[in-house]
Amino acid sequence: MPEAATTPAMAEVLSVGKESVAGCRARVAHNVLNQVVLPGEELVLPEHEDVDGLGGAGEQPLRLNSGARPRLRVVCGPGLRRCGDRLLVTKCGRLRHKEPGGGGGGVYWVDSQQKRYVPVKGDHVIGIVIAKSGDIFKVDVGGSEPASLSYLAFEGATKRNRPNVQVGDLIYGQCVVANKDMEPEMVCIDSCGRANGMGVIGQDGLLFKVTLGLIRKLLAPDCEIVQELGKLYPLEIVFGMNGRIWVKAKTIQQTLILANVLEACEHMTTDQRKQIFARLAES
Amino acid sequence: MASERKTKLSKNLLRMKFMQRGLDSETKKQLEEEEKKMISDEHWYLDLPEFKEKESFIIEQQSFSLCEDLLYGRMSFRGFNPEVEKLMLQMHAHNKAVAEEEETVEVDVSDEEMARRYETLVGTIGKKVCQEEGPSQLRRR
Repeated sequence: MPEAATTPAMAEVLSVGKESVAGCRARVAHNVLNQVVLPGEELVLPEHEDVDGLGGAGEQPLRLNSGARPRLRVVCGPGLRRCGDRLLVTKCGRLRHKEPGGGGGGVYWVDSQQKRYVPVKGDHVIGIVIAKSGDIFKVDVGGSEPASLSYLAFEGATKRNRPNVQVGDLIYGQCVVANKDMEPEMVCIDSCGRANGMGVIGQDGLLFKVTLGLIRKLLAPDCEIVQELGKLYPLEIVFGMNGRIWVKAKTIQQTLILANVLEACEHMTTDQRKQIFARLAES
Repeated sequence: MASERKTKLSKNLLRMKFMQRGLDSETKKQLEEEEKKMISDEHWYLDLPEFKEKESFIIEQQSFSLCEDLLYGRMSFRGFNPEVEKLMLQMHAHNKAVAEEEETVEVDVSDEEMARRYETLVGTIGKKVCQEEGPSQLRRR
């Protein structure tokens, strides 16, 4: 097997594979941050390390309660599952951690890439209305089943005053029920009854599909891509966590340019992107 | 005739409260135990080993927006849709407000001036209150 053919990322994965197969030992989570993890690995949370005695001859802090040390609440996010006291990895990707702002513990998750969306509770998604049956609309969000959206789940909707939604309309809403045992459900209002930008997305514009990782990258707080796009022309853009983006600009040509740029920016480096934006700004 | 054959009272009758006042404590306890045994035999239960419920400190949640602090999904630039731009400001102001809770609030009036004003205020309001009560109070002050 020629060594030169393996890229650095592949070499990393191979070394991880060898280690976990040979060792069959759970790794400590904070040693593995930003490294590639594979499904089936178990990760031990930091509090356990001292209990096992690896702390060694150092000073042991006095414990007021005879039982276990008070543990902080740790949140395990997408790609991880709870397995006893440890975390079990269920997706391949890089392990990330976020320190808590207030309260205890932190958030661990796996940064993975996929194109197929699985409905998740609390996600804002763009859906296409495919059927209207009685009191509910069937909305396709890209999952295995169409989500149901009640006609009362719009701002200012009553039994007499029905929302103006037709088959084929685009809806920006939030999933309230999304688990593997039930049909997903969507609403277009928040808990106070206000729309907050959700509801039917207006006329014209273009809807296209991208990978889920790109959406997260574009919606990150420090992302410059969308800000730079905004400086080019006036535009409106809606991101759905199910991999769908809707853009609208003043002319069709501008809309198409935006769509192409967004689809391509996943695989471009920063310099290439800046070049393209500079060229667009000139024309 | 009645004395030859003792009337046999039924068990249920004997278990009634008024029949048990005369009994001594031992027979009472026996009767109670028998009743409990009967009831517990009839109840169904799971024949499983006892599980100690461990308090789990790991919370599972599958949403990315909590992990990565994603921005709000609807955006508009250069005045294309004014309502969405207002919404953007609202949403980001809300996030910033949560983040800046710990920072100290800027004061318009300095602390010293506040103390001076409060001093004079206390005096005037105090006099006002005394005047309402009556002239006698004022003389005492």
